[in-house]
Amino acid sequence: MDLIAKGLTYKPEDEFHLNDVSFGMQKGELYTILGRTLSGKTTLLKTIAGLITPEGGRMLFNDQDLGQVPVWERNIAMVYQQFINYPHLTVFDNIAFPLRQRKLDDGIIRGRVMDSLESVGLTGFEGRKIQALSGGQQQRVALARSLAKQAGILLLDEPLVNLDYKLREQLREEFRNIFSDKVSSNSILIYSSTDPLEAMQLGGDIIILDEGRVLQQGPAHEIFENPANTRVAEISNDPAMNLLSGAIDGSKIVIGDDIKLAVPAHFKSLTPSAYTFGIRASDVSLHQKGLPFKVELAEISGSETFLHVQSGRHTIVGLLDMVQNFDAGDVVNLKLDATRLYAFGQDGALVSSPFAGDF
Amino acid sequence: MLNLYTFLKYGFICIWSMFVVAPFLWALSTSFKDFQSVTSGATYIPWLQFEPTLEGWRVLWKTPASGGVDIVEPYFNSIIVTCSASLISILLGTLAAYALSRFTFKAGFIKNNDITFFFISQRIMPPVVLSIPFFIMLGYLGLLDSLVGLIMVYIVLLMPIAVWIMVDFFNKVPREIDETALIDGCNPYQAFFKVVLPNSIPGMIVAGMFCLIFGWTDFFFAFILTFTEVQLLPVRIVALNSSITPWWSLSASALISVAPLIVVAFIVERFLSKGNLSGALK
Repeated sequence: MDLIAKGLTYKPEDEFHLNDVSFGMQKGELYTILGRTLSGKTTLLKTIAGLITPEGGRMLFNDQDLGQVPVWERNIAMVYQQFINYPHLTVFDNIAFPLRQRKLDDGIIRGRVMDSLESVGLTGFEGRKIQALSGGQQQRVALARSLAKQAGILLLDEPLVNLDYKLREQLREEFRNIFSDKVSSNSILIYSSTDPLEAMQLGGDIIILDEGRVLQQGPAHEIFENPANTRVAEISNDPAMNLLSGAIDGSKIVIGDDIKLAVPAHFKSLTPSAYTFGIRASDVSLHQKGLPFKVELAEISGSETFLHVQSGRHTIVGLLDMVQNFDAGDVVNLKLDATRLYAFGQDGALVSSPFAGDF
Repeated sequence: MLNLYTFLKYGFICIWSMFVVAPFLWALSTSFKDFQSVTSGATYIPWLQFEPTLEGWRVLWKTPASGGVDIVEPYFNSIIVTCSASLISILLGTLAAYALSRFTFKAGFIKNNDITFFFISQRIMPPVVLSIPFFIMLGYLGLLDSLVGLIMVYIVLLMPIAVWIMVDFFNKVPREIDETALIDGCNPYQAFFKVVLPNSIPGMIVAGMFCLIFGWTDFFFAFILTFTEVQLLPVRIVALNSSITPWWSLSASALISVAPLIVVAFIVERFLSKGNLSGALK
């Protein structure tokens, strides 16, 4: 591992921002830190950058203890979610700024700046003032500056979150190409996001962060298929995985008074006991012979409908194809696909997954 | 509806402009009058209603021995004191404000906001409360009735204004700009001088303008802390007011004393319309 964090802890007041965070990262890889707002993502990135000094733990990069290296001497670049640039400088000077700080030769600077501008699709913009650019272009300048530096660690703190939907989709696609072309095998790329879909699309490894703790680290498909616990299941899915308290009673899964499902094959080895069962919204569908639920809200989102329904004390969100018009109070029959159920133990840890059987 | 709104808008602007411009026009016409023209009733238009004369203006640079008040030396004294004190206040105030904006200070219950308030509290106190300590201190230092003494006192008076304005300005400048500069290889001093300061010029201009206005128009301390060696413009102008008030000279001196502020206002307006932080954090 090229970047190793051991027991990073940061607790500025009464609340942990980082709580015993440990991880390992390799050059040439992309890592996505996925967590909800205030989960500690930005704090972790700033700690790696050296902007925050942790109260406990240490970080090693290329076997060098980063605790001894001030921010300005770390070989790191960072792009913020806000479009941070130097407004008094032109686009060219913005991108050249970190290179001039390193006192590189003018010819090298010019070459790297023009190369970075080409990578982010801003060739011809080098003489413009930052204020004359749109939000998306400003973020591209910030990205170009970080690329031109050719840093050992590139930190991207929710870089697309303040862009409009279309631009976000476009840049996300471009990011993959830019990273694969420009971020060579000498760099570690760390991307933070609150969006599970974005994390899955980017690929690479995902680190699930919650209340300053690392809950799980692994390849994107592993996190998706086998979330380590209920909290990971919530964070890594949008909408969050439905979690229902129930029990296995003989050949039935009993959830509250109204929901009874056949025990699926991958649950066969589970002992009859109380569990928390998880099912993704996409595994809930309309079915004439399904269980009756009362509609609380139907949110139409493009070609899909998020249906919030209730049965007893359980609220479930279903992701239905097409636009489905329901009013609050309507009763709908929904099928919960038991073959896609997850089972979590009393401590919240995953005990059975439809993808890998028992744990 | 739109026409009525436009009519009311421009009507208000015209009335307001009259209130602003009328005193200047009145002072301008009075400055070209003599005793006879001033005391013979309200007249405004030269050559038609009164015969203009330059006597009111001549008095300003005649020596006292030849019946004038000689405002040239006090004028330059005021420029030296106000500009020096404003410049030093802006430099020190900007540094202090940056520290108060970016770093956390804590001494018991005193925190950053308390320190900022402490600065501005110097301006809340009535000037007379400060006059005796200033008088005694300058006396000890041998700086009474001197330009250096006045500059020191004016720095104390003007720096709180600079700190107060600049703290508010820096609080609006995203910290991420400083952080980005650090990540891009600047040490904290380079980050301040290469990135933060060039983007703070609009705030410094505003603070400088207020310092110049407050410094230029101060009468109280200029009056208390000087005697015969050094005089500032406001004190010398008041000296014009003898048994017979020379309205023509007073008007001329009022116009000449307000002229630098008008020039500053025009320059500042141009700078302010140019500089802003959009693009730093959209």
